[in-house]
Amino acid sequence: MKKLFVALMSLLMVLTVSACSSNQPEETPEVTETPEVTEPVEGEEPAELINPENVMTHEEYMAAEVDSLVTVEAYVQATQSWWDNTITVYAQDEDGAYFFYNLACSEEDAEKLVPGTKILVEGYKAEWSGEVEVMDGRFEFVDDGETYIAEAFDATELLGTEELESHQNEKVTFTGLTVAPSTDADGKEVAYLYNYDGSGSRESNSDLYFNVSYNGETYSFVIESYLCDNESDVYKTVEALNVGDVINCEGFLYWYEGVNPHITSVTVVE
Amino acid sequence: MKKLFFVLLLLISLTACHGQKETIAFAVPESFDENKTYELTFWAKNDTNKTQVDIYEKTIADFEELYPNIKINMRLYTDYGKIYNDVITNIQTGTTPNICITYPDHIATYLTGEDVVVPLEELVQDDDYGLGGELLKFDSVNEDEIIAAFLDECKINGTLYALPFMRSSEALYMNATYIESLGYEIPEVVSWDFIFEVCEKAMAKDADGNYLVNAQNILIPFIYKSTDNMMIQMLYQLDAPYAESNGNIEIFNDTTRELLLKLAEYVEKDLFSTFKISSYPANFLNAGQCLFAVDSTAGATWMGSDAPLIDISEDKLVEFETAVRPVPQFNEANIKMISQGPSLCIFNKEDPGEVLASWLFMQYLLTNDVQIAYAQTEGYVPVTLKAQESIEYQTYLEAEGEDDDLHYDIKIEASKLILENVDKTFVTPVFNGSASLRDAAGQLIENVTKSVRRKETVDEAYIDDLFADVSALYHLDQSGESTGLNRDLGPMPTESILLLTCLGLIWLLLIIISIKNSLNKAKDSR
Repeated sequence: MKKLFVALMSLLMVLTVSACSSNQPEETPEVTETPEVTEPVEGEEPAELINPENVMTHEEYMAAEVDSLVTVEAYVQATQSWWDNTITVYAQDEDGAYFFYNLACSEEDAEKLVPGTKILVEGYKAEWSGEVEVMDGRFEFVDDGETYIAEAFDATELLGTEELESHQNEKVTFTGLTVAPSTDADGKEVAYLYNYDGSGSRESNSDLYFNVSYNGETYSFVIESYLCDNESDVYKTVEALNVGDVINCEGFLYWYEGVNPHITSVTVVE
Repeated sequence: MKKLFFVLLLLISLTACHGQKETIAFAVPESFDENKTYELTFWAKNDTNKTQVDIYEKTIADFEELYPNIKINMRLYTDYGKIYNDVITNIQTGTTPNICITYPDHIATYLTGEDVVVPLEELVQDDDYGLGGELLKFDSVNEDEIIAAFLDECKINGTLYALPFMRSSEALYMNATYIESLGYEIPEVVSWDFIFEVCEKAMAKDADGNYLVNAQNILIPFIYKSTDNMMIQMLYQLDAPYAESNGNIEIFNDTTRELLLKLAEYVEKDLFSTFKISSYPANFLNAGQCLFAVDSTAGATWMGSDAPLIDISEDKLVEFETAVRPVPQFNEANIKMISQGPSLCIFNKEDPGEVLASWLFMQYLLTNDVQIAYAQTEGYVPVTLKAQESIEYQTYLEAEGEDDDLHYDIKIEASKLILENVDKTFVTPVFNGSASLRDAAGQLIENVTKSVRRKETVDEAYIDDLFADVSALYHLDQSGESTGLNRDLGPMPTESILLLTCLGLIWLLLIIISIKNSLNKAKDSR
């Protein structure tokens, strides 16, 4: 009897350990339902390579119709934070700039998208609230040894002109701007707001909005927190601005219902 | 020694399966310790609306005055999806907030972790601290003062996991001036057919290529903000399958197919676009470049020439009369519209006192001051009868149109639209995966719209591929698998059958040995 008991106990232990260490999928809580960009898996056809023969010049790209398939080559100037297998890229070449919205991208590739990197991009031309961009795109690295960092174009004198839009998405500088008051929900005049109306916060890594005036006109500039987060120098510099400060800014000429640059650097000059 | 060995073996066997549980199920403490300090985290969502943030801040200050031992730290969000993703990340690290704005769809996923979200029945019913409890320091609502339909929306498989905070729906905002100029009178209930008929008529152009209706060269007659709601409401209005409460996905059906193919025809004629493709419906509506815009009632303050919130420059803004109606219908005599809006849940913690403190704050968010103030910020409605029937709220509704700020007519009309149609609202089944299914519903419309615009052929074969792609992209073939709720687990694994048999035999042997020993003792004592 005792032998049988010992044998059963031993069997019990073996079974217990095996049952509890099972790798059945339902044992592991599925904690995310975020769709992932499909990456080639075993037995699946890998995505077709982008045909470099289809590469357009910047002029051809600008002339292409919205919703048409476009292929361009450009150099990364900056990226927003990688998220959910996508990344948004500010890119430029010597002829003009591009905004690649939510390019399909692995986290590993995202780390390689450093400024200067040359990429071949295929996607659809789109226009969203005036911003001309490539959406639903994919990219490949172009490993020809060429790199390019754009020199910022001084767009100060183009503020308020129609010509400014032709430099959309370019790396630009503005000099001698005066910080103009923004009005918060309480009617108080402040130098900047977390979110456009002050509904955000530093802790929430909200975008920072601030107004600048030049030649009697006021413009809305933004620190896009996915580009420069609340730990970046520019974010902290803007938080320290006062109405009336004279500043120089550098950033990318983003568009949202009008000029709305994504600023990456602010220097207080007065 | 042998006995010790057996006991150890048995203990190992019986405890081996119980090591994965991290938090014990919550039980309501007998009393709330007011001498202990609790620091709670509240993840709050606002519609990028500073007034809403101010209301949250005032609510926290008022609550902390009542309960000085509770400190609430608020983290602000403007996107439900971001809260959802952050909660999921924090479940893994055991750092969930205490109180969180949420949707039942999201809670269904949170429930994949054991004892992560606190079920609320016991708390609700508690005589001292429950809804209307005797020991509460504020004028709480009773359970029967919460709109029953809204409370039911917070139940998952019959268990209450959330309290409603605000309710909204979608509304159809129209440029009545332009629609009437085309020779149409806007009906009380607008049908899908009416919309597309008017849209087609609006596409007439002059010799310079400008649209006659707005004298501009841009016109997207119909823009839908949330295409997931669009698809869901169309299916419900047609009594077509969408999903079952057990997680069975039914959206990939013939009605969906027909709707998509019909929609493709409208896109082909440039009658329709979406927020994701073109931008905010309000921007086009206010610029006179859109006739029909569907957006949340909680977006009403952006709609119309006199809207308190406007995102386009003054030179683009046009003057027009705005009309508000329920979302377009297939059967005007049988309105069906989705119920949406934020709910509240609380996360389990090791200290039941901390959970009780969270519950007190959660309950405080349903008091009249908070409900009425927050509902007035947008086209929301309070979730309690107590607030809805209050003189303060009724006075607010009656003051519709008195100004273009607090009493902005479009916003109050949007709220009234919900109040008058609560019995016509519906929610979709909630299960682990239902949030993904919602996204997939919208993706179907987005993909068809994009494809037509990109000159791709949208036909039966296209829809076949689309169904397969979207199903795979959103893992819909796996949904409901890990919720553990209402799920057919299939046959028991062989190891488990053997284990249970073995356990049974062990117990049988122990009983036999015990009886045998007793008999021997009795025999010896004789």
